[in-house]
Amino acid sequence: MAGTCEVTSDPKKRLRRTMLFLNAQRPSLMKDAYIYGPDSVILDLEDAVSENQKDAARFSLYNNLRSIDYGTVERIVRINGLDTPHWPEDVRASVAGGADGIRIPKCERACDVKRIEAAIEDAEREFSREPGCTLIMAAIESPRGVLNALDICESSERLFGVAISGGDFRAAMRTKYYPSGVEMASARGNVLLAARAAGVQCFDTVFTNLDDMDGFRAEVIMNREMGFDGKSIVNPRQIAIVHEIFTPTDKEIREALRVVRALRQNADEGVGVFLVDGKMIDAAFLSGAEHTIALARASGVLGEAL
Amino acid sequence: MKNAVGRDIPDFLLQGGREVFQGNNYKDGAIYTKPGPTVRAAVKPEESKILPSIRDAIELCGLKDGMTVSFHHHFRDGDYVVNMVVREIESLGIKDITIAASSLGDAHDPLAAMIESGVVTGIQTSGIRGKIGDAVSNGKLKGRAILRSHGGRVRAIEQGELHIDVAFIGAPTSDEYGNARGKGGKSDCGVLSYSVADAKYADHVVVITDTLVPFPNLPPSIDGVDVDYVVVVDEIGDPKKIASQALRMTQDPRNLMMAENCARVMAATPYFKDGFSFQTGAGGPSLAVNRFLESIMTERGIKMRWALGGITKPTVDLLNKGLINCVADTQDFDVASVQSVHSTPGHYEISTSQYANPVNKGAFVNKLDFVILAALEIDVDFNVNVVTGSDGVLRGAPGGHPDAAGGAKCTIIVAPLVRGRIPTVCDRVVTVTTPGESIDVLVTDYGIAVNPSRPDLADALVSAGIPLVTIRDLKMKAYSIVGTPDDVEFDDRIVAVMEARDGTILDVVRQVKKFDLDISDAGVFDFKIV
Repeated sequence: MAGTCEVTSDPKKRLRRTMLFLNAQRPSLMKDAYIYGPDSVILDLEDAVSENQKDAARFSLYNNLRSIDYGTVERIVRINGLDTPHWPEDVRASVAGGADGIRIPKCERACDVKRIEAAIEDAEREFSREPGCTLIMAAIESPRGVLNALDICESSERLFGVAISGGDFRAAMRTKYYPSGVEMASARGNVLLAARAAGVQCFDTVFTNLDDMDGFRAEVIMNREMGFDGKSIVNPRQIAIVHEIFTPTDKEIREALRVVRALRQNADEGVGVFLVDGKMIDAAFLSGAEHTIALARASGVLGEAL
Repeated sequence: MKNAVGRDIPDFLLQGGREVFQGNNYKDGAIYTKPGPTVRAAVKPEESKILPSIRDAIELCGLKDGMTVSFHHHFRDGDYVVNMVVREIESLGIKDITIAASSLGDAHDPLAAMIESGVVTGIQTSGIRGKIGDAVSNGKLKGRAILRSHGGRVRAIEQGELHIDVAFIGAPTSDEYGNARGKGGKSDCGVLSYSVADAKYADHVVVITDTLVPFPNLPPSIDGVDVDYVVVVDEIGDPKKIASQALRMTQDPRNLMMAENCARVMAATPYFKDGFSFQTGAGGPSLAVNRFLESIMTERGIKMRWALGGITKPTVDLLNKGLINCVADTQDFDVASVQSVHSTPGHYEISTSQYANPVNKGAFVNKLDFVILAALEIDVDFNVNVVTGSDGVLRGAPGGHPDAAGGAKCTIIVAPLVRGRIPTVCDRVVTVTTPGESIDVLVTDYGIAVNPSRPDLADALVSAGIPLVTIRDLKMKAYSIVGTPDDVEFDDRIVAVMEARDGTILDVVRQVKKFDLDISDAGVFDFKIV
């Protein structure tokens, strides 16, 4: 169902408010980051790992995936880019270790996703993994990637979402970070539109200044207001803020429940448009309300609001 | 004989009425007579108390082989006084001395050589670490060290178990009559709480200062009526190490998470209401609790009636913001607390007896609602070790830990589940410094456990939506990460006795076993470069 994003037991649609980057070169970081309760972790083989440590990081990654119980926290691996010699081994190590998904960096075209998809299929066969169990997310980091976002979003059955990566994008656009976010407006708008059109999730870029928690909060509020599903983050200290902002409030949940109830009741009685709490409601509000309820359920706060 | 925390205490230690630990309140109602010091009257108005050197003071006090001298640790790792005095004792050829310090730190490493040479044969202290810890744990001290909490030390003095022949009291300021304060001068430490009992009960009292001020130095922490001599030296300590510039608030996400959970635990208990009382340590996560506490207090519109113990800037800040009514201060860790005590309205100095002596009639710790403390190890019975490392070597200090834990209604330990390869939560701590009956809640990075003796607290936390695990679950988790540790191996000789607050024996520390690392069967390492 294009245009909405259900939060269900489908692994592609699971709750991903926070995706925490962890340097795969540092086992001490990876060993227990689940204690902070992010929805997903992104074990990074790419930029965080220096060029001459790629093998060591891949080895740590594999052992981490094999030996540590992350519970309900999703484990995504950011592999090295298609322009490097590292990505085929990265894919093999990730699939062999049993990663839940692979994040493709610097994705520019649908065929980039197809290449990784083929490598994942081979690796799943090689390591006797269940075919299709390794999901894909694509990071869009360039103007071309932004312009091809819809193709990328529709490129693979395995693809659960796309993430915007601001560092490279800002450089390519000859701009830099501004608190207003104006420099990212074109990317955020386009990629988000493409993701919603294709029915996949969309995640905003990282916020790297850990001393500016107010700036971070403001950006996360903007992300939620725009309609993002979540955000890539760089430090566990950012988790609580994102979860607070992305989790529906009791008031929002109660409103959504009233809307859904009223829509059903009025539909039975043959009424199309009516008032709930003084606001005009029609069928267009259903998917939004259902999404709020699904998000509340996935965030574990539905019971509290009832 | 087994004591109440399951430790076997050898009978030979139980002579002369010494008993094994039998629970926190065992000594309630005990009758005792306080000892009095032997005093030399200072009648002549024209006589001066000022002496030209420490050496003169030692000689005039009649210090002899086998006597006991005392010190405080308000100068922390910046202290010069202990080393200056013991050097003079050594050069006078006096030996077999017992050092009774409120604590000893890395600054006192030179004492290790005095232990080897027999100048120092007894140590009674709270903190014991660095080279002194190594020397004692390796059996170099002729006698047995006695380890006590801060409250336990004052108790031992006030019950006559620790008789001090000469107290040497380093003081940031003093007048010529020995009225001494922790404030002013160039080695400002704020308060002199640890020395109050020494001045009242020692036969001879020597004040050592680097800043002589005009008489009268009011209000004095150390009363001139108790002081025999005043010695003026160039420097009593290194001000930079006495008071830290600013203890940096931890940015470590693990510590912050534990601190936040600790504040949530506090807020979920029935004691968290307007007028509550609170003590916390100066360590990373404990210090950070203040930050989270402030926002919860503001949100709920409640204030703290009083804070206790070692003080740092976060507490001073809360006092200045009007979120704390008053502070009862026994030690100052940073410049902010040193400056605040006696200056900020509501920031008072109290003595260590007032603070924590379990057998007086009004220790402040008994009135605490909350205390947040650290632990090197905590076992499945909630017994805490803060004095011996995982290698069995003395490297810590009970300090006020057992006192505040024993007194407070809600004692919370904050500690990471593992440190490197060492499990913090374990089957059996190396040394019990604080009995499990004093501990109510354990907050780790892997979960929160409540002592089964406090089902009321467990109910309160669960009602507030705080998930709980058992301490055995935590131990199993720790062992699953780092493996099950082998027991530390010791020799038979007892090198230190860990006294409970009331003077009964809580545990003993034995000499560490010397072992040669046998690498013959350690396997062949084969590195192949591919």
